Amino acid sequence: MYVLIAGGGKVGWNLTRELLSKGHEVTLLESTRDRYLTIEQELEHQVQYGDATELWVLERAGIQRADLVIAVTGDDEDNMLICQMAKEKYLCERIIARVNNPRNREWFELLGVAPTVSATDLILRLIEHEVPSYGLVHLLDLRDERLEIIEVEVAEGSPAAGVQVSQVVLPEGVLIISILRDGAGFVPKADSMINAGDEVLLVLDPGLEDAITAQFASPSDA
Amino acid sequence: MFVLIVGAGRVGSSAARSALASGHDVSVLDDDPLSHERLDAGQATSWEDAGGRFTVGHGIEIEALLEAGIDQADMFIACTHGDNTNLILAQIAQKKFGIKKVIARVMDPARAAWYEQQGLRTISPTRHAIEQFEVALAEGAS
Repeated sequence: MYVLIAGGGKVGWNLTRELLSKGHEVTLLESTRDRYLTIEQELEHQVQYGDATELWVLERAGIQRADLVIAVTGDDEDNMLICQMAKEKYLCERIIARVNNPRNREWFELLGVAPTVSATDLILRLIEHEVPSYGLVHLLDLRDERLEIIEVEVAEGSPAAGVQVSQVVLPEGVLIISILRDGAGFVPKADSMINAGDEVLLVLDPGLEDAITAQFASPSDA
Repeated sequence: MFVLIVGAGRVGSSAARSALASGHDVSVLDDDPLSHERLDAGQATSWEDAGGRFTVGHGIEIEALLEAGIDQADMFIACTHGDNTNLILAQIAQKKFGIKKVIARVMDPARAAWYEQQGLRTISPTRHAIEQFEVALAEGAS
């Protein structure tokens, strides 16, 4: 696979290393002269000097034959533009864009730039997972497929506490796929009991979170 | 007509003043509060007294765009110092807010040409400079 990476920061440089070690052909583009010279000592001809938002720089790097274009500069507008041109001008089938400021995610979506990766969002998700005060954790979010897996803690006194799985009132499009108790998980049957303090994994259509939270939150929080 | 201009540099502030003088409603958005001085420079009255609007904020932020009145704008001009910012802002104005008259200032003629083909109106000062030099060279050679 031929991969073109825009932006030789920590993310871009390390991505290049990893992809090269997996046997892919990679070109990294870096627009700062000093940074380019540093990277060039290690990567030699696999890094090129230039602004990846310039058409001739992209073309010199062979964007026309790239199987994957990854834009990981520190500038969201640049990442959007590189991916938009890769997709629409050079008809590259696969792109990945880095979102630096999560508030710009809406614009990436507006311009059809997907998938996107945001370090801030990833860390936020980890925090949600590690800090129990957040009731609901998104474990998996497949936007295009419209599928989510969430984890929710069963609060004392919530409608779901102390009832069988089949008795929990859930909207259409939601399924309980696992119960985590005492550090171990199991796939429940219809008559498995749900206890307060359990963590429940559910697969669902996006947008049904509120209806679900109501079943697992304590009445005072709801 | 209500014109929203993002970027109050030399070009943006001059365009803003001419639009206001032609009787349009003009709102200017720039992340540098000091850029306001450019709107006042050489004028008898301040920008606001003359009827202009000025908002401090980043054009990529939706709150700033809304505060500057993007949802009422008939025309949107993106002329910050960044080509890519202008191209993205112009598309936001077009696709998110449905503004028909959208112009982006793009220094790089190649990028300007491609986005022009995609239906975005671009103005490339570099292209104009190149053309002028070509004319001057032709005149010099004759």
